[in-house]
This record gives sequence, C-alpha cells and structure tokens, in this order.
Amino acid sequence: MPVVISVRGVGKKYRLGATLGNDTLRDHLAQAVGALFGKKNQTEKADESFWALKDVSFDVKQGEIVGVIGRNGAGKSTLLKILSQITEPTEGEIHIKGRMASLLEVGTGFHPELSGRENIFLNGAILGMSQTEIKKKFDEIVAFAEVEKFLDTPVKRYSSGMYVRLAFAVAAHLEPEILVVDEVLAVGDASFQKKCLGKMQDVAQRQGRTVLFVSHNMVAMKSLCTHAILLEKGRMIENGEVEPIINSYLQKASENVWQRNFTNQAEAPGNEKVRFKSICLVPDLKAGETQPTPETPLRVECEFWNSLPDASINLSMSVETRGECVFVSASTPALLNPGQYAGVCQIPGNLLNDGVYTISMQLTKDRSVPLFKFADALTFEVVESRRDFHWHGKWRGVVRPNLEWQYPK
Amino acid sequence: MNTAETPSILASERVIRPRHGLVAVDFGELWRYRELFVFLAWRDILVRYKQTYIGFAWALLQPLMMTVVSTFVFGRIAKMPSGNVPYSMMIYTALLPWLFFANTMTRSSNSLVTSANMISKVYFPRLIIPASAVLGGVVDFGVGLLILAAMMMIFHIQVTLMLLLLPLFFLMALLAAFSMGLWLSALNVKYRDVGYLVPFMVQIGAYVSPVFYMTGMVPEKWRFWYTLNPLCGVIDGFRWCVLGPAFEPYWPGFFAGLTLVLVLLVTGAIHFRSTEKTFADVI
Repeated sequence: MPVVISVRGVGKKYRLGATLGNDTLRDHLAQAVGALFGKKNQTEKADESFWALKDVSFDVKQGEIVGVIGRNGAGKSTLLKILSQITEPTEGEIHIKGRMASLLEVGTGFHPELSGRENIFLNGAILGMSQTEIKKKFDEIVAFAEVEKFLDTPVKRYSSGMYVRLAFAVAAHLEPEILVVDEVLAVGDASFQKKCLGKMQDVAQRQGRTVLFVSHNMVAMKSLCTHAILLEKGRMIENGEVEPIINSYLQKASENVWQRNFTNQAEAPGNEKVRFKSICLVPDLKAGETQPTPETPLRVECEFWNSLPDASINLSMSVETRGECVFVSASTPALLNPGQYAGVCQIPGNLLNDGVYTISMQLTKDRSVPLFKFADALTFEVVESRRDFHWHGKWRGVVRPNLEWQYPK
Repeated sequence: MNTAETPSILASERVIRPRHGLVAVDFGELWRYRELFVFLAWRDILVRYKQTYIGFAWALLQPLMMTVVSTFVFGRIAKMPSGNVPYSMMIYTALLPWLFFANTMTRSSNSLVTSANMISKVYFPRLIIPASAVLGGVVDFGVGLLILAAMMMIFHIQVTLMLLLLPLFFLMALLAAFSMGLWLSALNVKYRDVGYLVPFMVQIGAYVSPVFYMTGMVPEKWRFWYTLNPLCGVIDGFRWCVLGPAFEPYWPGFFAGLTLVLVLLVTGAIHFRSTEKTFADVI
C-alpha cells in the first residue's frame, strides 16, 4: 500500500506569556517607541516558548486506521491541527496525497438560528463537500441523524442529542480519501455511538480510506485501529501495532499512587495525637492485569501511630472521583493506648465504575471528634475491561454494582 | 515514493511546511472554495434578520430613517444648499454607497473574530471570511437601490444613460470596503483595539466624506486632499450618475483615491495571507 501521509521532523513552538492572546496595540507601540530610543526589547525575557510538538516523524499507508494516543497536553490535538492545516508547523514537512477532511469537532459552523436543512448544507460546505454532493446524500444524512420531522426547525430548538446526531451525520457522509478525527465519539447515546463506530469501520475497511483518529477511549481504539502512535510531551515515543502501544500507554498514563510510607514518625502526616505510618492499595489482580478493573476486589491497608492514652478511635475512609464523594466507610471504634496499630478495609469487586478514584483516610475519636484526615492519600485508576458489550462509550454513573437480575422472567 | 499510486491521488499531493515572509494569494484554491464563499454570505444574510419582527424591512428602514432625519436637520433647520435637486435626494445618493461601505467594512473587520470557532476547527482559505461579509452587504445595497428608484420617481429625476456607470462606482465602494476589511480583520485577530476603532472611523468618516453636503462646498485649495478620500469619489460618482453633470467628480482626486484603494487592496491581501498562519494560534 502506498504511503499517503508522510510526516518528517514536524515541530510546533508556542510562545508563552504576554505575547500570546489578545495583546493590545499599545504594547507593540510602546515597544516600537522604546526601540527608537535604543531601549532593549522588554518582552524578550517574557518570551518563553515551549514545543508542543517536536521531531515527530511517521508514515501512514493507504487504508490504515491509525490511533493517536497520549495524555492531555501530549500534543495530539496540535498534531491534528497541523495535519488539517489549521495551524502551521514551526519546522518539518508533511506530504499528503489525496483529498483530506478533518473532523476536530462535530457541528463546526452550525448556526443556532438556521434550520436543520440549512445547517446540513452549510456544514457540508464548511467540511469541503460540494453542493451537488450534499444534495445527493441529503436523504441519507437525514435518515442517519433521525431528524426527519425537525428539518425545518432552527437547531437552537433541538435537544443536544439531536444536534449532535445531525452534526455527526453530515461529517459521516464526507467521502475524503483521508479522514482526520478527534474525539467525536464522545458524543451521543449508546445506539448512536455504535452506529458511528460502525460507519467509521465501514469507511476504512470497505472503502479503503485512511483514518487518523484521536481518542481517550482505549476500547474503541483497540477495536477500530490497526496502528497507533504514542505521543508524550510533544514527542513520538512509540509507533506500531495498536495493542502493545495501548498497554504501555495505560501503564504509563496512570498517575497511580498505590502506596504511601513514612518511616520517620516525626515527619509523618498527622499531629501530636495521631500520625499515619502507611496507607496502601492492594488490588486483587488477575494474571496479566496491571490495573484494577470494575470487577477487581481492592484492599486498603493502613498503619498509624497513636499518642493518646485510653482513647476510643475509629478509622474511616472516603472514596472520591472527579471531586465527588462516592462513599464513606467507617470501622467500629477500638480502645487504644499509645502505640502502632493497623487496619484493613475491603472494597468488593463490582462496585466502582471505570475512572480515577482517590482515597482519603481519617482517624476519629469517640465517633465524633476528627483527629486527623489524610486527604487524597491514594490515587488509582479503574480501567475498562468489558468485552461482552457492543458499547464503547463511558459507562455512566459513579458506581457500577453487579446487581441481581431475574430476566427473562 | 511508490509507483503503485493511482494518478488521481498523485495529482492532489499537498505539502505542509512552514512559510516565511510574504505569501501570495492562491487564486486556484479560492476558486475551489467558491461554494463555501457563497454559503457563508448566504448564512450572514439569512441570520441577520432572523427572529426579528419586521425582518428584511430593517434593510429599508435604516437608510430611510437617516434620510428623513438628516433632511430635516441639515436641509430644513441648517438650510444646507443642495444645488438644484431636493436635499433628500442629494442625501440619499450619498447614504446609499456610504451605508454600504460603512456597514460592510464593519462586518468584514469583525468577521474573523466572530468566526473564531471555525478558524480553530476547520481549514479553508481564510480570505473567504472577510470576503463573504462583503458579499452579504451587497444584498442590502440591492434593497437600497429599490428605494433609490422609488425616490427618483417621486422627485421626477430624469433617468439617463449615465446610470449605466453606477456599477463602476459601486465596485469602487466594494473594493474600498473589502480592502479595509482585509487589513482590519487580520489586525483584529491580534489587536482587539480594532473593534473599538472601527465604529469611531465610521462616525468620523461620515463627516469627512460628502454625505450631508456637496463636495463643491469644500474650499478650492483643499480640493485635491479632500477628494483623496476614496469614498468622496464614490459619493460624487453616485451623484453624478443619478443627479447630473453638476455633481461631476473632481477627477485628479478621484483617480488618486482609486489608486489608494488598489494599493490598500493588494497590500491588505498580502498582509492577510502572511499573517493568516497565526490566526488559529492567537484568535
């Protein structure tokens, strides 16, 4: 297969500080006047720059579906923007063979005051379709979006689901030889997502088109992509088969803190009454797993020093995700004297959803007086594992208990 | 690189690399995007009067009200001369091109900033944005022409072959608006000062151009410098075509003004093209 995208040594430098954003004419005039009188350019020291992308080189062959993987700020979006010609690289060169369309957002250029019908034509034109092409596919687009009844309603009166469906439908009917897609699958409901994924697979496999795809959804990546590129801090660190790259990304990506140990009692978190010695997370991983999944049972182990004589003390733990408390669990109190103690709490499997969770641990006296709270002591990620559902989006909810069903009854 | 490519794929090879210095206008690419150009103008027009009660009548109302009010203030109260034609007729022949220029230049100057989202999400030749804003203004001008026709009937203005020259002066107004739009829209991306500057320029412009009076009232010694203003040439041209030879433009100034427009247009286009690569980064 011929190479259709060839990227050679591409880099993009952004300037930080005052020169970025809506700097006013005044600054520049002041600078020019200053320069006239031989003053040194004052912004020089503020002119810090950073490379959002540096030395990136790779080839994409015709018909490949390439996933671009990386954490936030790794340079994925910058790469797509350069490929889509929205912004210019600072250095390097890219050769693209074939008609390319990019989809960095669904519904770009949609105008809320215009009707669905008008927006289809407008959005199609913005994405590079000709009017005849749009006319030919109009019915297909409308059917795909399931908005037949609302074609002449301004889209500002659409529900957000309808809006997104219409926007994606237009984009899905683009027929470029190369398609660049950024995170658009994060939209719509389950059945529509499935439809979108099917459409993309169809585009790539049956019609031999090339797709470059950025997403945080590793399950979708695995099922769609043939190749992957892993970016880290603006540099390409891996390029090849999709599975091993996703695995190494998942390992690196998590900012997991599964263990906090303090050997020196004086410096351990706490106060003159109590201090924590250690907190650690012990997931009951299956062979081959590196991170807990929603099914994995977890154990939280904790050690602490108590300096209070004859005190009724209990341990409690709170689990939070995205700033929200999932639950708080407390032990029964025990009568303690100065010394070192330990406690363990079991979090059963099939309780947490996928996502990043933090654990805080607290010691409380007499079930009412907080002695010390070790906030955000541990951070861990629960990763998606499901293979038996045809649904690639985020499973909603803070918890995902495995409840008993009687079905069919 | 590979011999297996089909010719059609080879034909559309594109190279992306950093550009330095001045960049020329890519007319071939603009032609390929002509449909988008028309669509954006059509959207502007469609959206402009959506959810208004009287809709398109606003395009009629603005010049009509201005004509009535200024006829009363300048014609009746200040008793400004208007040659041998009704004062309101003299005003309207100036307001028609002036309002087109002022509204179009304003919209064109703001066009890039209001399209920030599109600029940071999709590629297309950026020149289309200020250009389609100008095209959108042409429709309002068309509505204004209807008023002109009606007024000519009411005041029994003789229709002459001179009217055939009107499109040429209109073209000059259009180019003047577009050239200013090119400069100001590109500058507006980086310096939002432009947003404050433009309304101010429009207000001053209405007084330094012969909108409410005749060019003939300007003292002889200032004549050339006064008529350097391209809009002065446009307005005189309109009056000349509609109201007769008494309003003939002062040609040395007219051609100097026209040259100024063309210089602004070419430099504006080059400046625009040379800065457009940073639009998505700074907008």
